[in-house]
Amino acid sequence: MNFDLTDDQREIQRTARALLTARSSFASVRAVAESPARTYDTALWEELIGLGWAGIAIPETYGGQGLGLLELAVVAEQLGWAATPSRWLSNALAAQLVLGAGSERQREQLLPELAVGRETATVGIARDGVAELVPDADSARWIVLVERGQAIVHDARGGGVAIEPRETIDPTRRYARVTVHASGAGAGRLLDGPLEAGLDRAEVVLAAELTGLAQRALELTVAYVQERRQFGTPIGAFQAVSHRAAQQLLETEGARSAIWFAAWAADAEPEALPRAAAMAKAAAADAGRHVTAAAIQLHGGIGFTWEADVHWLYKRAQLDAALLGSASEHRRRIARLAAAAADAAAPGVSADAEAAAGRGHA
Amino acid sequence: MDLTFSDAERAFRDELRGWIAANHPGAEPEGEEASFAWRVAWQRALAGGGWAAVSWPPEYGGRGATLVESAIFNEELARARAPQPANVLGLLLGGPTLMVHGSDEQRERFLPGIVSADEIWCQGFSEPDAGSDLAALKTRAVKVDGGWRVTGQKVWTSFAHHATWCMLVARSDAEAAKHKGLTYFLMDMREPGITVRPLRQITGAAEFNELFLEEVWIPDENVIGAVGNGWAVALTTLMNERAGLAFGLQVALKVLLDELTAAAVARGLLDDPSVAERLGDLHMRCEILRLTAYRGLTAQMKYGQPGPEGSLTKWMWSDTNQRATELAVELIGPEALATDSRWSFELLRARGNTIEGGTTEILRNIVAERVLGLPRLGRT
Repeated sequence: MNFDLTDDQREIQRTARALLTARSSFASVRAVAESPARTYDTALWEELIGLGWAGIAIPETYGGQGLGLLELAVVAEQLGWAATPSRWLSNALAAQLVLGAGSERQREQLLPELAVGRETATVGIARDGVAELVPDADSARWIVLVERGQAIVHDARGGGVAIEPRETIDPTRRYARVTVHASGAGAGRLLDGPLEAGLDRAEVVLAAELTGLAQRALELTVAYVQERRQFGTPIGAFQAVSHRAAQQLLETEGARSAIWFAAWAADAEPEALPRAAAMAKAAAADAGRHVTAAAIQLHGGIGFTWEADVHWLYKRAQLDAALLGSASEHRRRIARLAAAAADAAAPGVSADAEAAAGRGHA
Repeated sequence: MDLTFSDAERAFRDELRGWIAANHPGAEPEGEEASFAWRVAWQRALAGGGWAAVSWPPEYGGRGATLVESAIFNEELARARAPQPANVLGLLLGGPTLMVHGSDEQRERFLPGIVSADEIWCQGFSEPDAGSDLAALKTRAVKVDGGWRVTGQKVWTSFAHHATWCMLVARSDAEAAKHKGLTYFLMDMREPGITVRPLRQITGAAEFNELFLEEVWIPDENVIGAVGNGWAVALTTLMNERAGLAFGLQVALKVLLDELTAAAVARGLLDDPSVAERLGDLHMRCEILRLTAYRGLTAQMKYGQPGPEGSLTKWMWSDTNQRATELAVELIGPEALATDSRWSFELLRARGNTIEGGTTEILRNIVAERVLGLPRLGRT
């Protein structure tokens, strides 16, 4: 029993924090967010690739670093902390989906290029062949669309999908609508492994970014309420303020507990992953949205201005929370899994419960 | 990171499970007296099996269990729905406090009686005007030849009517600064001048008592630590409060949620998305409590003291337990509110969770000041 990062994992965390502090300050985030084309920093992407982080949790047989989902989550949290505009997250989500849900052949075909960033991929949830907001779909080579329990890999250059860039409230990341052509021309390839395992792995990565957003919002708030004085005292001394900051810590640390466990379970105890991933995504979606909202509130009027940086965190948290299933959907899934587990513990009650415990949005 | 138990920890758990299965005390009998006698018998059985003071070192009659094994012990007790031993305050608070601050004579005199449940302990800290602000306590200890005479009033004293010994903090120096004039005593509950009055709670039951002290005699040898050092000794006691219990409370909450889930399934309520969502939320919170408690345990093993997670688990537990009982009443309907329903008791009892052992407001203060480093009003 040792529920803490290892020294090596801490080293990755420190390296990522140092790199992003230097290369992904709020000034550079703002520069991307305010540029008309939202152009990402190519040199930073090359640096992430150089560190091996595009393939950090891709096995060595597919050209990756062969580390676990926990190491990936550590990096994702730091990129969330910095609100870095980058293709890293969308590519990591797709790679983990392929790793979990692809056949051996499909992994061999797709992962080596994703692991070294030669090509990138992304993932979206589609309805009737349309995925409304797919991160970085305008730059990805491969677009994995999940619909009705199936994941289909589309080649963005294959002519089977139309890609239209879309503006969202989060200008730190590029989004596009992806439409599958009705004709079926240039149709994609079905991932023929277990979809659930792939989605669960991707959800944990997304949850880790959300936790990083919450962590940064907490840090900004704590610094601000110590410095800002009203009525002759730092406002952080008022319990109406300090108690809400304490609540920010509670939610951030709670989400971190859930993410660390889910990321560990993904590799060490895969049977625990469905429940753990649903909990991680739901908890992190809550923490990401609540903690960044509280940060705006506790910054007062300044927090509501475009000039302050807390809104980048709030906006990205909103998008992240909505991707790969909302917190409500994941909560319902947790309840179904709990009911199924209770049934399994008391055999003969219902054989259908396990089957019914699947995902609502897939 | 490795969240599995080691072979030794699994062996500990399996041995304990086997022992509990063979020695389970059965259902709690009706009535306060019978219930307490049942818990005394349970502790004697635990002591007989070497399980009563698992975390204590062997030289004091314990099993020398590691922090993880102590967590397992509390988890398994709750999983088997076995009660905490009768002398829980002596085992959890009194013994560990004596191990740090007591003299050899005091350890030799008092520790065996705690383990055997021959001497039950209670805790005389809070007073009507000294709750969260404990150091404001007013109970006076006046020095006389060979000992002290203590006068004052204590409140929220569990087990006072069963107890032989009371961990008592009193003001021994009225002139000294607030935190400096306190002394920690062991008061013999059989001395004249002590009146115990049961304090009826909103559940109708009386788990706690008021304690009225009128010139109660305490000999010098029953001072723990040094005269005037009572605050430091009391902090040791408070730090031990709930340290191990969190794991048991988490499992008890999990058991309650599983029952609630089964009740919801039986009524076909899980098909209602809002019900599923709220149930799922509670399962999530309960699991995060477990995980955060284990993170705190790891920090304690690594650094010798609980990390920031330690301040959060009691807050998480009390909040989630209240939410769970509220949802239960909503799902089960009006009959859950009849007094013969266990849920009506759980609903009312849970209101105390965010007050006892540190109110949520105080816990938020602790997190804000000691974890986040925020300033404190009036000290800026």
